[in-house]
Amino acid sequence: MAGAEIQRRLNWLVAVVVGVVEETPSVRSLTLSCPGWPGHRPGQHIDLRLTAPDGYQAQRSYSIATPSEGELVTITVERIFEGEVSPFLLDVVAPGDRLELRGPIGGYFVWDPGEGPPVFLAGGGSGVVPLMAMLRARISSGDGTPMHLLVSARSRDDIVYREELETLSHHDGVVVTLTLTRSRPEGWTGYDRRVDGAMLRDLVMSPDSGLVSYVCGPTGFTESVAGLLVALGHPPHRVLTERFGPTGG
Amino acid sequence: MRHVDGNAMGGLLWEVFGAEMTHQLGCCAGCGAVNPLATLTVYRDAPGEVARCPACGTVSIVVVRMPHAIRVTIEGVRWLQIHTG
Amino acid sequence: MSFITRGFEGRRRSREPSGRIPPGQYATLDFPVLSAGPTPRISREEWRLTLADTTGAERSWSWEEFTALPVTDITVDIHCVTKWTKLDTTWGGVTLEDLLAGVELGEATVVLAHSYDGYTTNVPLADLSGGRAMVAHTYAGEPLEPEHGGPARLLVPHLYFWKSAKWVNRLEMLTHDRPGFWESYGYHNYGDPWREQRYSGD
Repeated sequence: MAGAEIQRRLNWLVAVVVGVVEETPSVRSLTLSCPGWPGHRPGQHIDLRLTAPDGYQAQRSYSIATPSEGELVTITVERIFEGEVSPFLLDVVAPGDRLELRGPIGGYFVWDPGEGPPVFLAGGGSGVVPLMAMLRARISSGDGTPMHLLVSARSRDDIVYREELETLSHHDGVVVTLTLTRSRPEGWTGYDRRVDGAMLRDLVMSPDSGLVSYVCGPTGFTESVAGLLVALGHPPHRVLTERFGPTGG
Repeated sequence: MRHVDGNAMGGLLWEVFGAEMTHQLGCCAGCGAVNPLATLTVYRDAPGEVARCPACGTVSIVVVRMPHAIRVTIEGVRWLQIHTG
Repeated sequence: MSFITRGFEGRRRSREPSGRIPPGQYATLDFPVLSAGPTPRISREEWRLTLADTTGAERSWSWEEFTALPVTDITVDIHCVTKWTKLDTTWGGVTLEDLLAGVELGEATVVLAHSYDGYTTNVPLADLSGGRAMVAHTYAGEPLEPEHGGPARLLVPHLYFWKSAKWVNRLEMLTHDRPGFWESYGYHNYGDPWREQRYSGD
């Protein structure tokens, strides 16, 4: 793979929007059909480039939400308040539109099926997106790697991929845990707070299991959760992080 | 906290180096810490992209995109180790 | 190459017809915060501004001494090299003339401004004269916030805004020019927005 990666050129490609799913009131998935797409690894992202009539361009990075499947690439976009690009992707883009992208990009925050060490995934808000690609790859490949996904969201309605996650939690060797930090539905028995050390002690295997953790979310979430995992004895090189900031939108 | 990390710089680093770089190791010229480039602290809402050592804050890599060129300054990286497979 | 993305306009980039918007700039109403590193939080107690002349001799001001200097209020347009222009911003601070009064400038031609976060930028001494530059401690009538460079920042509004070093703490007089942070990473050495001197070589 590494050799092939070095050979490949990162060209801008033209993709067509072939599917739109409203995941939550503020999150939308776009499936793009991209001729020339070389395939990707779970955890990788694309760069998307938009061009206005006067030539002005805006570029953003979006994680891919699905395992490699031919020329199809699904991204999941969260609306950033007063953002420049995300409102366009949520409100304006429709099936049939063409978008310019390049990728796949990323060689660090990636996971490949292959019966490796157990995996812990922690996602804050739309930080769940690249983790979902890993979880979906784990399931569609029939791989037996134990995988635990912890999702932190403000409310049940804010959980991206909620229906799918509720189904997946019954899958063999896969555990999905939700924590709702702001509001809970009636009768909620799950976690009701921000991720903390006690929660991770409850959920996460001990460091001698060889556990590899992937943490993705806003910068504050990511640094906090990664710090807690290291404090629990997990070696820093097995706590992989991806931060996204408030910038850009 | 206005920063992201080196993952987000993957496309730009690819343009500069001609290959995926985020998993490659770099050694900080300031403090000697060795980390994958994905873990650099990256400030993007600046006139250029400024990547700093996550351990000591030394400016590792600065990339400025000009109309017809990219200038990359890597004075804060003592060495880069490129995995060759 | 690139094609126009259907329906994409991008952030409002209206050009004002008044001639107050330099080429390639657009007017913005908000005040974007740009940062190349963590925001330093400097208390007024620990804050100092130091001036180093070409002989290496230094004088410095505490916050109390600095704010006892004559205050000048100005209303100016500011132009960021990332293409936003903000009109009619109001600042209070100490002009460089008042700050440099009685300082032996000798052969100095350039000032290299240093900041608490390690940032630097070079400005010709001539551009700091005539009331065109100040060390500002007040913005829109309020103490300058850390995000915008407080306790105090350099303000040189006739050049691109990266020359207006946030968190300034040292002004070094030089006899020979030396590029600062962005000037060495690819931006123009002088940075006149009206001549669109954005990048090295423009």
